[in-house]
Amino acid sequence: MTYEAVIGIETHVELSTSSKMFCACPVDTDSEPNTNVCPVCLGLPGALPVMNEKAVEWAMMIGHGLNCEIVGHSVMSRKNYFYPDMPKNYQISQYDLPLCINGHLDIETDEGVRRVGVTRVHMEEDTGKSSHIGGDSGRIQDALYSLIDFNRAGTPLMEIVSEPDMRTPAEARAFVSELREIVLALGVSDAKLEDGSMRFDGNISMRPGGTEGFGVKVEIKNMNSMRSLQQALEYEIERQTELLVDGHEVVQETRHWNEGAGKTESMRSKEEAFDYRYFPEPDLVPLAVDEAWDRRVLAELPELPSQARSRFEDLGLDPEAAALVARGETGPLFAAAVEAGADPKSAANWLTGEVMAWTRRNNTDPAATPLTGKHIAQLSTMQGDGRLSASAAKEVLGWVLAGEGSPEEVAEARDLVQMSDAGELQGIVDYVLAENPEAVAKLAEGDEKVLGYLVGQVMKASGGKADPKLARELLAT
Amino acid sequence: MSDLADLTISAAGVGLRSGEFSATDLLEAVHKRATMTEADLHAYLTIDRVGAAKAAVAAESAFRRGEDHGPLQGIPIALKDNMVTRAIETTASSKILAGWVPPYDATVVSRLKQAGSVIIGKTNLDEFAMGSSTENSAYGLTRNPWNPDTVPGGSSGGSAAAVAVGSALGSLGSDTGGSIRQPASFCGVVGVKPTYGLVSRYGLIAFASSLDQIGPFTRTVGDAALLLQAIAGHDPMDSTSYQGAIPDATSGLDAGVQGLRIGLITEMMGGEGYDPEVIAATRATVSKLENAGATVTEISMPSVDYALSAYYLIAPAECSANLARFDGVRYGLRVGGSTTEEMMANTRGEGFGPEVKRRILLGTYALSAGYYDAYYAQAQRVRTLVINDFNRAYETVDVLISPTAPTTAFKVGEKASDPLAMYLSDICTIPSNLSGHPGMSVPVGLDAAGLPIGVQILAPALGEPVMFRVAAEIERQAAFADRAVLATSAVPR
Repeated sequence: MTYEAVIGIETHVELSTSSKMFCACPVDTDSEPNTNVCPVCLGLPGALPVMNEKAVEWAMMIGHGLNCEIVGHSVMSRKNYFYPDMPKNYQISQYDLPLCINGHLDIETDEGVRRVGVTRVHMEEDTGKSSHIGGDSGRIQDALYSLIDFNRAGTPLMEIVSEPDMRTPAEARAFVSELREIVLALGVSDAKLEDGSMRFDGNISMRPGGTEGFGVKVEIKNMNSMRSLQQALEYEIERQTELLVDGHEVVQETRHWNEGAGKTESMRSKEEAFDYRYFPEPDLVPLAVDEAWDRRVLAELPELPSQARSRFEDLGLDPEAAALVARGETGPLFAAAVEAGADPKSAANWLTGEVMAWTRRNNTDPAATPLTGKHIAQLSTMQGDGRLSASAAKEVLGWVLAGEGSPEEVAEARDLVQMSDAGELQGIVDYVLAENPEAVAKLAEGDEKVLGYLVGQVMKASGGKADPKLARELLAT
Repeated sequence: MSDLADLTISAAGVGLRSGEFSATDLLEAVHKRATMTEADLHAYLTIDRVGAAKAAVAAESAFRRGEDHGPLQGIPIALKDNMVTRAIETTASSKILAGWVPPYDATVVSRLKQAGSVIIGKTNLDEFAMGSSTENSAYGLTRNPWNPDTVPGGSSGGSAAAVAVGSALGSLGSDTGGSIRQPASFCGVVGVKPTYGLVSRYGLIAFASSLDQIGPFTRTVGDAALLLQAIAGHDPMDSTSYQGAIPDATSGLDAGVQGLRIGLITEMMGGEGYDPEVIAATRATVSKLENAGATVTEISMPSVDYALSAYYLIAPAECSANLARFDGVRYGLRVGGSTTEEMMANTRGEGFGPEVKRRILLGTYALSAGYYDAYYAQAQRVRTLVINDFNRAYETVDVLISPTAPTTAFKVGEKASDPLAMYLSDICTIPSNLSGHPGMSVPVGLDAAGLPIGVQILAPALGEPVMFRVAAEIERQAAFADRAVLATSAVPR
C-alpha cells in the first residue's frame, strides 16, 4: 500500500508595529535586555492590557492578503499555561472568535496551482526570550541558570493556521514561502526566519493513498528555516510510513526537529498536552470591526505578490522572471524602475542578477541600500545607449549600492563613460588607421580578421573607454 | 474644638479652608487615632508617615498659594492594600508579595494625589480580596471597632474599620462580590460599589476582572459622593473603563425621595440565614422612605438564588488566571526547587493562603477541558439571567433595596473553618457585581448587641445620582452618623 501525507502548517508572524500589542513600549528586540518594558508587558500586579489598533489593522491586512473574511465581532481570550518567559502565565490570544477566517492561498506546484485553505488568522502577544546559561545543549534541562529578556514580551504576533490541504513537503515549503512574500509585500513584518520573527509548526499525518480520512497527527516544532521545514516533513513521512508499513501505529504527540541530528524527537505525548483552559479575556472588550473600518484598511492594502506577478508578466516578463522579481526584496524596486522609464526586462535582469548577488555578498537586502528605481532606469538607459559597457555598468552598480551616488554621478566621477560619440571617436580611429598602414591595406583587400586587431588598437588608444561597436562601425567605413 | 479625627471630609474641608486648622494638624489627629487604635484593631498593614507628612505640607502650601484642587485637598485617605502605590510596599495581604514595592501608582492613587489628598497608608484585607471577614490576611486579622470580638467584614475590612474608628477620614476599597458594602455594613460606615467601569481598575491587583470595582468608604453619604467623584472617570489604561459622561453622585443629595419608586427584593427579605433584626431594620427604613414620599413595591428576582453559585464559578475562574503571574520568577516570594516547575509550585504552595488556593483550584477545575460548558459557560448564562432580572426590575422602579448582609458582624473565628457559611455573607451583594450595576450600603442603626446594621441601595448602570439621593434620605431619617462617633469613641483607643 502507498501512503499519502496530509500536512497543515501553523505560522507565527511578529508584526513590526512601532509599539507592542497591549502597551506603548517599542517593538525593538535589538535594545539592551529588559529596557523596552513597562508594568503591562512585565505582567506586574494591577497592570491591564490596551489593544493596539494598528496591530489590529495589520492583522486585517494579513487576513485580506489571504482572502479571509474579517469577523465583525471577535474576542480576545486567555490561554493559560505556566512558562517562565511568559509574564502573566497566560497569553492573550484568540480562541473561538478569531479576527479572520475562511481564507485561502494559491501556490504553484509541479502539478499546477493548488489552493490551500486558511482556517484562521488570529492575534496574540509574543513571550519574552529565555537564554539558558551553562550546559552544552543550550536547553533548560542542563543549564546552570537562565536569563529572561522581556523586550519581546507583548510584541504583536499573528497566528496563521492552514487547512490540512498540502500533500508534500515541497507544497508546504511553497505555502510558507508564498505566505512570507505576502507578509513582506504588506510591509507588516520583516518575516525573518533566522530571527524568529516568522516561525512555523507542522502538523502531519499519513493515510492510504486515494482515501479521504485522516491518520494520527503529529505536530513538529522547532523548524527554523524553509529547508528544515522540508527536511523535517520528509523525515516524518519516512518515519510514519515505516511504522504503518510494519503494522505499528503512529502515536499522537508533539515532536521536536533536531537540526543537527537531522531527525524529529518526541517532546510530549497527547496525555501530556496542555489544557489551556481558554476563556474570554475580561480585561478587554470584544473587538468590533465595522464595514467602514474594514473598507479603510482594504483601501490601503498594497499590491500582493500574485497581483505583482501578473502585472509584471503584462509588462513583458516571462512568468519565471516575473515571479523572481516580484519577491518582497525586489518587487517594489522593480515597480519603481519601470515607473522611472526602465525597460522591464533589463530592470528585471539587473535586480534578480547583479543586485541580488551584491546584496547577498554584502549580507544585506536591496531595501537597505541607497538603490532607487530611478537608479536602475538610469543604469539600463546608459547601457542601452552605449555610454556604459556591460562591465562598466556592473562596476557602476556596485558603487551605487555602496552609496556613492546615482549611476550618472558614479560613471562621471570614476571616468567609466564610454566614448560613444562618433565625432569624438573619429579622431582616435583616424589616428589608428594612420599608424597601421599594413593592416589598413589588408582590410582594403577584404581581410575581415584584421578588423578585430584594429578595434583592439582603438580601445587601447582610448584607454578602454571607446564603445567597441561604434569603433568597429567607424573602422569599417 | 472636637477631635479632628472625628470630622467628616466636608467638615474638615471647611476647617482647612477657613484656616481653623492645617492639613498637618488634621493628619496628626488621624495619626494619633491610629496610634491609639491600631494595637487592638490592626486596620493598617503599612502607615506611610513620611509620605503623608510631605503630602500634608504640600496641601498646606497649595492652600497658602490659593490653589484649590477640590474637596479632597489635605484630607487623609487610606487605601486597601490591593491598590498599587509607587514606593510603598503593596502585598494584597499575601505572603507571596511580601516586600514588593511597586514602580507605579494605580490610576485611583494618581487621581487622589492630583486632588491633593494625603495618603495615610495601606489597609488590611483578606488575601487578594478573597474573603468576607479580613481573617484571611497573611499579616493577621483586623477587628471590628464596634466590638473587637467581631470581624469588620471583608475583604476591605481594614478600610472600613479605619474610617469607622477615625484613623482615616475616608478610604478606598474594592468590591468583587460585596467586599466594600458588607464591611461598610459591619462597621457602620457608608460604602459604595460604583457601576462597573466607572472607576479605573488600572493598578488594582486583580481578583476577578469582570467583577472588581474600586469604591469609597466614608462616614457620610455626602463624603462618599465627593470621594467617588474624585476617582471616577475614563482611563485610557483600562479598556473596560466607561468613556461617557460621568454621572454626578452629588447632584441629588438634598432632593429627597418624593415620587421615587423603590423596590424591595423579595428573595432578600428573610429566610434561612437572615437575622430578623436586620430584616426589621430594612423594613423600617423602607417605611420611612414611604413616609417621605416614595412608593414602595416588592419585586421578585428569582435568579438571585443562583447568583452565589454562578459567582463562585466565574470569580474563581478569573482569579485562577489572574493569580498565575505570582510564580517567583520576576517579583515577590521565591521558594527554590530543582526545576522551574518545582520552583513555581513551591513558591505558590508557600506563598498563597488556603482560601486563595481553594479558589484557584475551583477556577482551574471550572475552566478545564470537558467541564467548561457545565460550569463556567453555565455560570455565564446565569449571569445573563441576573442582568435580565435587574433590567426588568428597573423598568418599574428607580432603585432596589435589601439588607446589605443577612447578619450583622459575626464573631472572629465563627465562620473561619466553614467557607460556605462565609460565602453566604455576600448573598445580597453578589448579584449586582454580576450585573455590573452600582450598589451601596448605608448604616441605619444598631442591633440588640450594639452592632451596626446596613441597608443596601441598588440602582441601574450609571444610576449613581438616584442611588445617592435615596441613600442621603435614609441617612437623614436614620440620623446614624452622629451616633456613630459617640459609639465608636467607647472603643479602646
